Amino acid sequence: MAELSNQLMAVTVLAYLAAMVLYAAEYAFGNKSHIGRAAQRPARQLVGAGAPVLPPEDVVVEAAPPRDRAALLGQIGVGLNWLAFALHLGTVITRGIAAHRMPWGNMYEFTLTVTLVGSAVWIGVLTRRPALRHLGLFATLALVALLGLVGLVAYAPVGPLVPALNSYWFIIHVSSIILASGILLIGVVPAAMFLVRSGYDSGKRGFPYSLGAKVPAAAALERLTFRLHAFAFPLFTFGALIAGPIWAEASWGRYWNWDPKEVWAFISFIVYAGYLHARATPSIKRSTATWIAILGFATMLMNLFGVNLFFGGLHSYANAGGE
Amino acid sequence: MTVVEERPAAPAAPPPRRSNRAWALLRNSWRQLTSMRTALVLLFLLAVAAIPGSVLPQRPVSPEKVTAYYAEHPSLAPKLDNLGGFNVYASAWFAAIYLLLFVSLIGCVTPRLADHFRALRTVPPDAPRRLERLPQHAKATERADDPAVAAQAAATLLRRRRFRTKVREGEDGSWTVSAEKGYLKETGNLLFHIAMLTVLIGVGIGHWYGWHGNRILVEGNDQGFCNSVAQYDESTLGPRVDAADLPFFCLRLTGFQASFQDNGQPKDFNADVDVQTEQDGPWRDGHFTVNYPLRLPEASVHLLGHGYAVQLRFTDRYGQQQTKLVPFLPRDGAFTSEGVASFPDVNIDPRTNKRDVNLQVGFEGVYVPTVDPNGGAASVYPAENDPALFLTAYRGDLGVEVGNPGSVYALDQGQIANGELKKVGGDRPQRLAKGQSYTLDDGTKVEFLGTRPFATLAIRHDPASLYVLIGAVVGLLGLMLSLGGHRRRMWFRITPRGGSGSLVEAGGLPRTDYPGFETEFGELVGAARGPDGGTP
Ligand code: HEM
Repeated sequence: MAELSNQLMAVTVLAYLAAMVLYAAEYAFGNKSHIGRAAQRPARQLVGAGAPVLPPEDVVVEAAPPRDRAALLGQIGVGLNWLAFALHLGTVITRGIAAHRMPWGNMYEFTLTVTLVGSAVWIGVLTRRPALRHLGLFATLALVALLGLVGLVAYAPVGPLVPALNSYWFIIHVSSIILASGILLIGVVPAAMFLVRSGYDSGKRGFPYSLGAKVPAAAALERLTFRLHAFAFPLFTFGALIAGPIWAEASWGRYWNWDPKEVWAFISFIVYAGYLHARATPSIKRSTATWIAILGFATMLMNLFGVNLFFGGLHSYANAGGE
Repeated sequence: MTVVEERPAAPAAPPPRRSNRAWALLRNSWRQLTSMRTALVLLFLLAVAAIPGSVLPQRPVSPEKVTAYYAEHPSLAPKLDNLGGFNVYASAWFAAIYLLLFVSLIGCVTPRLADHFRALRTVPPDAPRRLERLPQHAKATERADDPAVAAQAAATLLRRRRFRTKVREGEDGSWTVSAEKGYLKETGNLLFHIAMLTVLIGVGIGHWYGWHGNRILVEGNDQGFCNSVAQYDESTLGPRVDAADLPFFCLRLTGFQASFQDNGQPKDFNADVDVQTEQDGPWRDGHFTVNYPLRLPEASVHLLGHGYAVQLRFTDRYGQQQTKLVPFLPRDGAFTSEGVASFPDVNIDPRTNKRDVNLQVGFEGVYVPTVDPNGGAASVYPAENDPALFLTAYRGDLGVEVGNPGSVYALDQGQIANGELKKVGGDRPQRLAKGQSYTLDDGTKVEFLGTRPFATLAIRHDPASLYVLIGAVVGLLGLMLSLGGHRRRMWFRITPRGGSGSLVEAGGLPRTDYPGFETEFGELVGAARGPDGGTP
């Protein structure tokens, strides 16, 4: 089973790569997408087109070239994306079966599951708003990068859980953090593309702003960013600041120990709270707020990789090698 | 868009007769401190200030690493220490940031609370003159019944959907229905911020009135201990706790089991104890393990670790025997353990009854629960499959009288260095199996009687932890209400149509970012038009 999981993992990465290539092909060969074009019209903001601005029917019909090869590539990309997700799910499940437990006992498994959640969220977004397909290149890029990185630096053979992790609060604690991290991982994609797109809109044309030509409208990206973060933030708060401390109290007697993992979870909480504040403050520009969200994700990555690799601590599952 | 104005300055009060500069300055600083921007800066500062605590070792978490840091960076460490670098979260500057943040929070929440109470009691305002200016607007359509009936119908509909609704009759026979919903958003937001204040206060109370102690408890009825500062290896009492305040209880470890995977990783632990919670009261059975502490009325007992205590019997020159049971501290995952056994009161001549400090005896030992078949020095498995004890004997002045209590886990290295305490019996440690003994050069004898397991316990009491938990949960609920809620207003204007029936026009205003409003508006308007509602 463990062997199967490892093979599936390799195929999963390849499938994401293939999806990414097709998304990239659509991106490169497509004209400015319908979406891009539609989005350039001043949308009736304020009114809740909150959901990513869907192009009004007529625009699509008008703009669609008779046979849009690029769009076809994109659709195949979506299909491959689904396939990659299925393989990814298989990787995680076989890993869990091999280990006889939830597959999140070490950094490798944790990342495997976070990216799975990210992938599911992305597919969910894609299903509800097909118009956002142009983010696919960047979403799969994020997934491939994380999966590849963790596969290379943090692979750990299947091992049992140490008894300290053998608690249902551990399952609740870790699963909510995994869910939140997966959503935040996908949240960072529209956040980054919003910054690119607003740079593009204000006339910047160098890399990376040139990428902004073909992504959905800035306002739509910004709202998607907010909604993903607004959904993930309470989950993260629950996982890291409620379930975690409950578990810590049972385990070590103190609900908060300021060990490096906790310090960085606290920092992430504060930074994301800062994002929500900044976004709610009219005098602060949306791009500033979005930068804070990206900073928040950097602190999450720091916690996932940096803390595990550089600092020890009480969190025994934090070991990189899963000894 | 989210509608959070920085609070508009209160309507300019009539200028005071003598304008007071200090007062103005104070008021301005207060307004600055409680602004959203300041809150953001303080949040950011708090995040940055928390970082050093994850980079530098922290004294409350790992004092031994602080010591190691001092050894590695002898010139830098004291400077960092002066800045609070090894106890960041108790440092003055960290406290300054969060206290400022919380003052800002109080200053920010209090007026909003007042505003919100007022808003909860105010009826929704009348419809604006021109509904078509609103973000959502539905053109007038016809309805068969007359305006009063239509207005009541619309109001009922809105009320059923839990809008707060107000119907007004105009002078020209027209009616307006105003409705507002989503007050829970602000309620939730205020709840969240207030809950954070209560959490901070709870953490403070826990700090002042809580206490904790660590203790190694060896298995056996003769090894029990009772809760008192003197009985702990290490303890911390909150500033408001007196040693006499510790609640009474006694513990005896009656059994301890640890089981391991084949690769040596731990699988299960189990500690059985007898507990007495009243002076001279009955002893009850208790049981705990990792993650499942023993809960006593005003304390909980947590299992942090375990190890082996080695039992040695020493027979001195005069045939007197002494037995010691000493916990050996594990130094690796396979429980290679180290410890010392000191016998300061041996070799006392029964005729003179005088102790000769130069004839004290001490042993340094390494206990290996499973010896390496390949001859390595360390244990290869944590359970006692093939145990051996390696002892090095010393005779001389142990240095215990000099007033230096020293460590119970190491001999006084100073005494060894200055020759007061000498190694006897060669350089190689003597290997002993259970039950074996070894005779020193002067005919004295040490016997390895066996081992008993010990458990490392953390015993704690935090009187406010439940209160903190409730605060955190309430805060989370508030947060979800706040992030999930949407404040919005609806208006219907119903005017009489020439003859009979009425014309219904509608407008809607989302007061916060609310993508779904368009749909909701459409549904409401559709429903208000009634079954016979015409097309626009
Ligand atoms: C202790 C530090 C603080 C934390 C962790 C924090 C956290 C948050 C979070 C997570 C939100 C977004 C969720 C929501 O809308 O309810 C929020 C919103 C808000 N906070 Fe704070 N906050 C803090 C301090 C403050 C302070 C000092 C102020 C006043 C200056 C303030 C004023 C507000 C306001 C007005 C909102 C509403 C935003 C909206 O309506 O969307 N907060 N806060």
